Amino acid sequence: MNNILVTKEVTKKFGEHIALDKVSLEIPKNSIYGLLGPNGAGKTTLIRIINQIMFPDKGEVLFNGETLKPHHIAQIGYLPEERGLYKSMKVGEQALYLAQLKGLSKAEAKRRLKFWFERLEIGDWWNKKIQELSKGMAQKIQFIVTVLHEPKLLIFDEPFSGFDPINANIIKDEILKLKANGTSIIFSTHRMESVEELCDYIALLHRSEKILDGKLSDIKKAYKNNIFNVGIETQNADALLKELANKFQISSSRYNANENQLDFTLQLPTSDSREVLTYLSTKANINHFVETIPSANDIFIQTVQSKGSYE
Amino acid sequence: MNKLPLIIKREYLAKVRNKSFVVMTFLSPILMVGMVVLIAYLTKINDNEKRVICILNESDFFSNEFVITKSTSYVNFSDISLEAAKDSTAKMGYYGLLYIPDESDLEKVTERSFLYTKEAPNTSVLDKIEDIFQERLQQQRLQEMGVSAKDFSAMDNRFEINIATFAGETNIKGINEIKALIGGGFGYLIMMFIIIYGGFVMRSVIEEKTSRIIEVIISSVKPFQLMLGKIIGTSLAGITQFAIWIVSASLLLLIAFSIFDIDPSALNSNSQITTGMGANMAPPLPTADQTMQLYAQELFNIPWAMLITFFLVYFILGYLIYSSIYAAIGAAVDNETDTQQFIFPIILPLMLAIYVGFFSVFGNPHGPIAVGFSLFPLTSPIVMLMRLPGGIGEGGVPIWELVTSILLLIITFIGIVWLASKIYRVGILMYGKKPTYKELFKWLKY
Repeated sequence: MNNILVTKEVTKKFGEHIALDKVSLEIPKNSIYGLLGPNGAGKTTLIRIINQIMFPDKGEVLFNGETLKPHHIAQIGYLPEERGLYKSMKVGEQALYLAQLKGLSKAEAKRRLKFWFERLEIGDWWNKKIQELSKGMAQKIQFIVTVLHEPKLLIFDEPFSGFDPINANIIKDEILKLKANGTSIIFSTHRMESVEELCDYIALLHRSEKILDGKLSDIKKAYKNNIFNVGIETQNADALLKELANKFQISSSRYNANENQLDFTLQLPTSDSREVLTYLSTKANINHFVETIPSANDIFIQTVQSKGSYE
Repeated sequence: MNKLPLIIKREYLAKVRNKSFVVMTFLSPILMVGMVVLIAYLTKINDNEKRVICILNESDFFSNEFVITKSTSYVNFSDISLEAAKDSTAKMGYYGLLYIPDESDLEKVTERSFLYTKEAPNTSVLDKIEDIFQERLQQQRLQEMGVSAKDFSAMDNRFEINIATFAGETNIKGINEIKALIGGGFGYLIMMFIIIYGGFVMRSVIEEKTSRIIEVIISSVKPFQLMLGKIIGTSLAGITQFAIWIVSASLLLLIAFSIFDIDPSALNSNSQITTGMGANMAPPLPTADQTMQLYAQELFNIPWAMLITFFLVYFILGYLIYSSIYAAIGAAVDNETDTQQFIFPIILPLMLAIYVGFFSVFGNPHGPIAVGFSLFPLTSPIVMLMRLPGGIGEGGVPIWELVTSILLLIITFIGIVWLASKIYRVGILMYGKKPTYKELFKWLKY
């Protein structure tokens, strides 16, 4: 059993509107799984189904190999995008309440909260009311409450929103630590740089359907199109370019006469670059020869746009 | 582990720790008692006002009929002109001048008598003077007909028929109204409780929506559990508040009345119907004490245990029905200003129940309208309670009606709570514009 969560052809309708159309996902254990997609693609609906806030019309969800049941709630932690806390309740009291709702005993919850409050250096907030805290401070409490019951599966929906860069980094490190401790994490965001940084796997939802999923490195490989950025040193740029253009597909070339530096982009028919490298090495001194790997951002935009106009 | 007690506890504590709730809890009895004391005090002052009426009597038909009472005294003028009498009355600042002219017979005297006052006269003053004239006229006519006052009073038979049920229970007149009033009191209590604490439930749902904590909570508990916990927690807070109100208000009232030396029964004196001239000639009725005893006995005979049991049944079912509707409304909207349109249809059956109760059930507790409204689930908690003090079974509410009413209420309770929890479940995750009734209907299918 290598998957913490599997959805099988999950379909959800709201009246006439289809929010999820036969979405099948496999979320491996001990990994960070990026759930991506444009606004309104169905990410939140899927997350709510995993949290049993909603129930699918068709299809099945398996948690750790078992059909998803109410008792699994204690093994899932969810940080929703639309989140908040009771404004007039004290921080400690509130955190205790939410922890107890997740099934922790009061004593155990207190012990763990003390630990986390010290770890994130917010010990003196215990008796403050939420309305006295800044947004970022409240987000920290919310993060602690989400992970406190040590769930097997954590779901973070835009976890970094509301954090300044320093605190965002602290939270990012905590997420990586959680993964290192064996937790599986579903991570939904629009910030592609954090997808690059954190995700092992991704799935892309668009218009209620899954249009792409798999290991991020595999997807990147699949999206490579054998384009290389090349920089060489030559005094005879024009002639060389002409010669090259006859043999290969060359584009966006740029010559710096002062430093005899010629940069260009090279499109190869396959990923095999040995021939061109051999050829180039006889002609000039090669400064760099780099294959361009598409970013998550590129993949996102390219895939979504290929599926029709993005609204 | 069952999470419901946790939710109830939080909702209860959140409510009773709320500053405005605490202030209301302790301020309301003081305000209420203050109001009652003020009214009683003002009534007392009002009664203490002494009016002096001057009389210019030129007739022989009246001599000593005008007796000084607690609130009115008389000053007699003689041998001055009407104008002079008016002037001096005004100058001395007395209430008014009663002019009785000298005429050949009593009819004419009464026809030509006038009461002059500075402002339009008080009705109680008028009543008093008119009574004196009427009585004098009556005496005169009786004399003319040769009937002695003694014979007349022997003739005056005020009659009240004895009433009893087939089961043989005798009743005294008016007790049905009093019983309905007691039931009405219970019904009114239910209505107030629903409106006040239903509103609290609604606001608490809206608060969870606007603070965006709702999704965090319902990833841990079922929306239905949260809704139920909220309703129970809030009503426990409400019961606490009611208990504090009742205890502190009665204590304060007791203290206030002993300090200000106000007789609570004085408050009711206005409602007593004066029987006019017949009063002093009427045959001996049961004295007030005897009547009070009878009423007390009747009140004692009201099946209180039964009444309170059914009060609790109707209260719990009725309150749950209405407060789950309030919860659904809270879930459907984003802020309190949007709730008006949805609240009106809820208040309507409650108001209807109270009005139908007071206008129809009091007069005829077992008439078709009373029966209909005590079966209809949205009004039965109030209307049935107004009928119940009359007892169950023969002479009271038929058992089948009671059973049907409660069954219908239970079925409605299940149906409404189910519908409300569906709307609640969808609504708490909806932000943005206020939904229409059509959209609410669509949510039921989500």
